[in-house]
Amino acid sequence: MPESSDRPFPPGDYPVVVVGSGPGGLQASYYLRHLGIDHAVISADSSAGGMFRRFPFFQRLLSWTKPYGPVPRDDRFYEWYDWNSLLAEEPASKAIMPGLMDGTSSFPSRPEMELNLATFAERTGLSVRYDCSWEQTRRDGERFVLQTSDGEYRGQVVIFAVGIAEPYKPDTPGFEHVAHYVDTRSPESYAGKRLFIVGKENSGFELATGLLQWAQRIVLCSPRPAKLSVNTHSLLGVRARYIQPVEDQILGGGVFMLNASINRIDRLGNGFRIMCSRSEGGAELAIDADEVIAATGFVCPLRDLADIGVSMFGRSQLPSMTNHWESATAPGVYFAGTIGQGVSGMKKYGLPANSGAVHGARYNARTLVYHVAQKHFNVELPKPMVEPSRLVDTLLEEATRAPELWNQKSYLARSFLLNPSTGILDEGVVPLADFVDTEGPAAVAIAVETDDTGDIHPAVYVREERRPAVETLLSSQAMHDFRTAEHRAQLSSLLSGVTAGAVK
Amino acid sequence: MALSPQELVDTLAGLSLFADLSRPQLEQVAHKMTEESYPVGQRILRQGFTGTGFYVILDGEVAVRIDGDERARLQKGDFFGEMSILLGEPPVADVVTTRQLHVLHLGGPELEGFLRDHPPIMYRMLKTVAMRLRNASQLRS
Repeated sequence: MPESSDRPFPPGDYPVVVVGSGPGGLQASYYLRHLGIDHAVISADSSAGGMFRRFPFFQRLLSWTKPYGPVPRDDRFYEWYDWNSLLAEEPASKAIMPGLMDGTSSFPSRPEMELNLATFAERTGLSVRYDCSWEQTRRDGERFVLQTSDGEYRGQVVIFAVGIAEPYKPDTPGFEHVAHYVDTRSPESYAGKRLFIVGKENSGFELATGLLQWAQRIVLCSPRPAKLSVNTHSLLGVRARYIQPVEDQILGGGVFMLNASINRIDRLGNGFRIMCSRSEGGAELAIDADEVIAATGFVCPLRDLADIGVSMFGRSQLPSMTNHWESATAPGVYFAGTIGQGVSGMKKYGLPANSGAVHGARYNARTLVYHVAQKHFNVELPKPMVEPSRLVDTLLEEATRAPELWNQKSYLARSFLLNPSTGILDEGVVPLADFVDTEGPAAVAIAVETDDTGDIHPAVYVREERRPAVETLLSSQAMHDFRTAEHRAQLSSLLSGVTAGAVK
Repeated sequence: MALSPQELVDTLAGLSLFADLSRPQLEQVAHKMTEESYPVGQRILRQGFTGTGFYVILDGEVAVRIDGDERARLQKGDFFGEMSILLGEPPVADVVTTRQLHVLHLGGPELEGFLRDHPPIMYRMLKTVAMRLRNASQLRS
C-alpha cells in the first residue's frame, strides 16, 4: 500500500487506477469505494468537473433537471427528472443538482453543473489526485503501468474516463487556418461578421444560436442535412433549444444550411474563401466569409493505448469495447464516461443510447463497476429474492418508473434470474445486449424502447436456460403507465409458459 | 483500426456497393452512416427481434446462422440487414461476429430515404440480392 502524503493517491500499486475527474471518473470512483475496492483516482485537471469546467461555450447545458418531480428528490425514481446529478446511495448525496439551480431554466447553467460535480465529490468525500497527468502506458506482466507527471501508477484494472475531449479538425487544406469550436471568442467580437460554421451537429447549432444576434450572416455546412431530435425521437440530432437557426433559414433570415463537402479553405484578405462541392449534383460553390469556425467535434485523448493493444474506430477514435465497456482487445482496460458511447448496444431503429450524456453514463459507470467487482475481485453482489407472485408487478413497475430504463432505452435492462430450485433472484440493471446474447441461466429482463414512430413501450426478453433470448413487445400506454390489468395479463401469460416453473 | 474521415471515404470508394458514387456523394454517405465496432461473439442481427439496422462491413467477419446452423460468412464490402428492413419483418437469421467487426450502420427507418437519395447504391444492392437469390435457387435445385 502506498504511503500517504498531503495529496491523495501517491504513485504506487493499486488494484484499480481511475483516470479522470469528470462525471465518469467520479461516478466510477464512488461505486468502487461503495464496494470496498481500493483504487487511485488521478486527473490532469486542477478540480472536478471535466469538460463542464469550460463547456458548453454559451454556458447552458442541454440536459434537464426538473426540480419539482412527482416523487421526493432522494427517491430513486426522481433520477428520471434529474439528468445531471451523479448517483449515490446515501440520501444527502443524491440529487444535488436541483438544489443548486437558480430557477431560470430547467437546463442548468455550466457553472451550476460544475458546482454540482464539485459538491458531489465534497459531500461523498471522494478524493482525486489533481494536476497529475497520465503520459504513457505499458504492461508489466499482469499489471498496467501508467507513467504520470507524478510518477508510476500500477493497476490490475484501469478505468479511463478522459472524455471525448481533444478538439478535432479535418486535414482538408486550409483547416489549419480556422478556429475550432473551443477557440470561439466572445460573442460581440462576431458583430457584423459573415460567419461560416463547419458542422451541423449540436455544437455548430449552439454557436449559430448564440451568435444569431451578432453575425451578419451564418452559413452552416456539412455533407448531410441536419437531423433534429424531435424527428429522430431521441437525443440524436440537434436539440430543440438550438433549432432557431433552422427557422431563420426557412424564413430566409440570413441563415443558410448547405449540404456540401469542403474541398479547401483559402485565405482571402482578412477573411476566407471556402471552396465546396454540393452533395446533391456535385456543383462547385465558393463562399466568402469573415470568420470560419470548425464545429467538427472531438476525439478521445487515448494517447498510446494502441501500443498496449487497445483498438480504436470511428471519427472520434473511440475504443472498441465489450458490452461491459471493457476494451475488446486489451482485457482489464475499461472506459467510463462519455467514451462509453462506443458501445452501441441494441441500437434499435437506429436510435443510440444516451451514453454520451451524464444521465446515461452514470448508470453505465455503476454497471461497469459492478462488473469489474465480480470479474476481477470476486465480489459477490447481493441478488435479493423476489416472491413469484410479485415478479410481474415488479417488472411493470420498473418499466413504468425506472430511471435506468428510461434514460438508457433498449440499452440497459432490469434482469431477474428464474431458477425453479432457488427461486427468483433480482440481478439488477444489466446491459441488454449482453443479456440477450449470453446463453446463460433462465432469466427475464425488461427494457423500455422507442420505435420508429416514436411509440414508447416495454420490451420483455425471456431467456430459457442456455437458449438465446426471445423478444416480446408489450403495448404502449397513453400516460406511460404500464401497471395496467392488460399489461399484467400479457406478461403473466408470457412468463407462466416459459420459465420452467419459477413463475406460477 | 481508426480511419480518418479521408481514409474512410477512400475505403468506401473501394467497396462495390458504393463504386458508382462521386467523392461528394461518398462523403455524404460517410456522414449519414455511423461507424460501429463489435467484439467477437456478439450478435448484430438477432433472429426474431424488431428494430434492426443496415450494415456494411469495413473490416472483420460475421457468420449468418439460422436456428444455430451456419449458412454463410460475410466479410469486407458485404452488407446485411436490408432484407428485414425492406420487408418490415424481424430477421430470419442471426448475424454473429466471428472476428472483431468494424461496420458502417444505418438505422432501419433511414434505409428507404437513403436508397432513394442514392439510386446507384440501390442498383448495386439489387444486383447483389439477385445474385444471392440465384445462388439460393441453385442450392435448392
